[in-house]
Amino acid sequence: MSDTSSVALDTDQSFSRSAGKQLLIYAGYGFVFIVALFYFLSVAATQVGGAAGGGAINFEENSITIALRQEPPQLDHTRASDAVSFTVLTHTMEGLLGYDNDNQLTPGVAERWEIREDGATFWLRDNALWSDGQPITAHDFVFGWRKVLDPATASIYAFIMYPIENAEAINSGELPPETLGVRAISDSVLEVSFEQPTPYFEKLVAFQTFYPVRQDFFESTNGRYGADADQLLYNGPYVITEWVHSASMRWEKNPNYWNKNNVGLIDTIEVAYITEDVNAKLNLFKDGQIPNTQLVASMLDSAMEQRWNIDRFMEGSIFWVVSNFREERLTNNYNLRRALQLSVDPVEFVYKVLKEPGYMPGTSMFPYWIKGAENLFRQEHPPIEHVPNEELARQHLEMAKQELQLDEFPPLVMLADDSPVGNMTTEYLQAQFSEKLGLEIRIDKQIFKQRLLKANAGDFDILVNGWSPDYDDILTFGDYFASWNLNNRGRYNNSELDRNVRIGQTSLDQNERMAAFAEVQRITYEDAVVIPLYERGWSFVVDPRLKGFKRRVIGPEVDYRFAYIDRNGSSAD
Amino acid sequence: MWTYSIKRVIQGIITVWFIATATFFAMHSVPGDPLLNDRAMSPEIRANLEAKYGLDQPLLTQYVVYMTNLVRGDLGISFVHENQSVNDIISERFPVSAILGILALFIAAIGGVIWGALTALYRNQLPDYIIMFLVILGISVPSFVVAALSQLFLVNVNELAGRTLLPVAGWGSVLHLLVPALVLGLSTMAYLTRLMRSSMLEITNSDFIRTAKAKGLPPARIFTRHQLRNAILPVVTVLGPQVAIITTGGFVVEIVFAIPGLGRFFVEAVQQLDYTVIMGTTVFYGAFLVVMVILVDLIYGYIDPRIKLEQ
Repeated sequence: MSDTSSVALDTDQSFSRSAGKQLLIYAGYGFVFIVALFYFLSVAATQVGGAAGGGAINFEENSITIALRQEPPQLDHTRASDAVSFTVLTHTMEGLLGYDNDNQLTPGVAERWEIREDGATFWLRDNALWSDGQPITAHDFVFGWRKVLDPATASIYAFIMYPIENAEAINSGELPPETLGVRAISDSVLEVSFEQPTPYFEKLVAFQTFYPVRQDFFESTNGRYGADADQLLYNGPYVITEWVHSASMRWEKNPNYWNKNNVGLIDTIEVAYITEDVNAKLNLFKDGQIPNTQLVASMLDSAMEQRWNIDRFMEGSIFWVVSNFREERLTNNYNLRRALQLSVDPVEFVYKVLKEPGYMPGTSMFPYWIKGAENLFRQEHPPIEHVPNEELARQHLEMAKQELQLDEFPPLVMLADDSPVGNMTTEYLQAQFSEKLGLEIRIDKQIFKQRLLKANAGDFDILVNGWSPDYDDILTFGDYFASWNLNNRGRYNNSELDRNVRIGQTSLDQNERMAAFAEVQRITYEDAVVIPLYERGWSFVVDPRLKGFKRRVIGPEVDYRFAYIDRNGSSAD
Repeated sequence: MWTYSIKRVIQGIITVWFIATATFFAMHSVPGDPLLNDRAMSPEIRANLEAKYGLDQPLLTQYVVYMTNLVRGDLGISFVHENQSVNDIISERFPVSAILGILALFIAAIGGVIWGALTALYRNQLPDYIIMFLVILGISVPSFVVAALSQLFLVNVNELAGRTLLPVAGWGSVLHLLVPALVLGLSTMAYLTRLMRSSMLEITNSDFIRTAKAKGLPPARIFTRHQLRNAILPVVTVLGPQVAIITTGGFVVEIVFAIPGLGRFFVEAVQQLDYTVIMGTTVFYGAFLVVMVILVDLIYGYIDPRIKLEQ
């Protein structure tokens, strides 16, 4: 056997050599074929794809290239409900009022305005034009707002217009849209009547849902309003001149915009990348393809090594633990809730467990940035200081046991999102409640939509969720625990809190309003309604040549309207 | 041949119908519903939305309506992208996935056959060891790792070069295609290499090769006509399903490299319970897979005359 195998090996080797040569020839053919295919397909790719980016910042063209995290799902603002669509809309549209770069309310299409107890009047400027050159009239607002409330539109954000007279009735189909309490007195005067006093109405009309729609254009789109770049009529600093779905967009400066000298300083903004992947965006930033990107915890060390200018920004939302107040739930018991509250330490949780850059421990149901009558609400009405106390917590738990006549608590169901931070939150809470109180917690992790369904159905004892603001008024958080609020998923029902929310909704006296919300803040703490955990913040890095770029709590996530290119902007290294 | 083809097409249609039905009922039995939003909805708005999408109808009625529209070729309107029909989404996005997929597939197929043949020729020698080591890596490292690493590599190369040699992400030119196609094709190439290698080895030891060698045929001819042609059959068999896997499984690559393909839509739709997009893409991909399998079966008859299609 051994001598024959050596002969076989010898012939095998010569066979391998010539076969190998043949294979090499085939490999050559294959390579040529693939190169040809590459060429052919790349020609095809330019037919179906979008524009390739041309670098983050272009001085000569006064243009920048940016990334969006998602294809904007809905650019018909009467129906839009997501942050990416709102971001695009803020750049291309303008409402009666708007915000300047320091988050102060400024005139938009309306030149001046007046808020009364029973209504409001807006005087429109006569140089405000649509992107086709026609003037914007009060009728465009009337048409747009009726559209939002029309049941056929099925707008998710219709509720934000409910302070207007008859709005809710129209939205539920009880009254025709024509009965809405908004009238065009003339082309330039818009008159609004309220369902009830609405002192924060000026802040509401800055919201995207309140933008105007011109009737003749809307009707010319045959129901495709907002579907494509040419199916939109713009009145903001930018117009969309090109939109390849999911691939790219081009925003160009709107020559008909009345305030073009102060807003929209960059001529062209190319959206060349649409991806949710933060690592991909970091790579694009490093490669000089986009001028800014978000940094997550794992990126911070290397970002600091590179001596980048790292900015922090509180994103505006707050995350908390709410209890279920439905009769049959154990968490309806005050002492149990108080025990849970006293065993949670948000400071420890944020700084020792989460360690996410930019996060802040929660101290109140109102985030720190909420404005009061003059200063920050938090300065005017500081929240009760939360002191975690294990001893006291156990005493309350004992009382709860006696009141509920239980020897041992059954496991409590904690409903939360199945996300990385959500998992850290539930694990932390589970550990706290079990170590300090000996309570067994059953974690129910669900994907977003299922979590919402279970939360709506009240299928939980404690719920970990959050809230982000819609408009820049304390009420956007203030009415969350009101008994009539559908977002109040624990069904908290307290007439004293309700009464204070009503004052906050309707009083024209800012000091009285803030005092009422201070009461709401006190009640939610003392009755252990909610345990604030953290306020979310982002870290991000911006190309030093791009000035005036902001991320915002209210309005667009990223705001390039006031951004400009500084040729001499020193590079970080 | 013709009767066989017609039979296969009818079977294919039944398969697609079955896929559509199963997906429809499975999707509707997933807890949660597509209309839920972070902002709680008043019963009125909810009712309006349900009426708009026909969700207020009994499930069976919805099924009949959906199937009727499907036969007409109307896949409905997306729940998330309310202004876009699913037909538009597929016709705009699929060509992108297809271009990337075809390229990846050819790289994988040609590479797989060549590497596989090479390892078989040099079995248990250095080239074999090196390639098989890489193959194991290629199969076991998930594509999101490969994609992220290769992107990081691109960044570093560009930084060293001092300018952008190869784009890091995006879509549009031949350079944008290169790395994503390689990454996408990598695991398939590794899989095909292994398949090709074992298939080659089996044939190398078979009687007809020994006979051919004994007859004194030139090695290049034995290699091409007898070994390669026979060994390539299993590769062709898996190629059909692999086409579908590559063109549909590209979502990781599409997200990392910001490529506007259909794979992303498919995954996002499932996360957001976008009923019409889930249905549309599943039925489309299902039909695509069925067509590919039928095509491969027909090609089989051409490559291997021993296979009679009539049976």
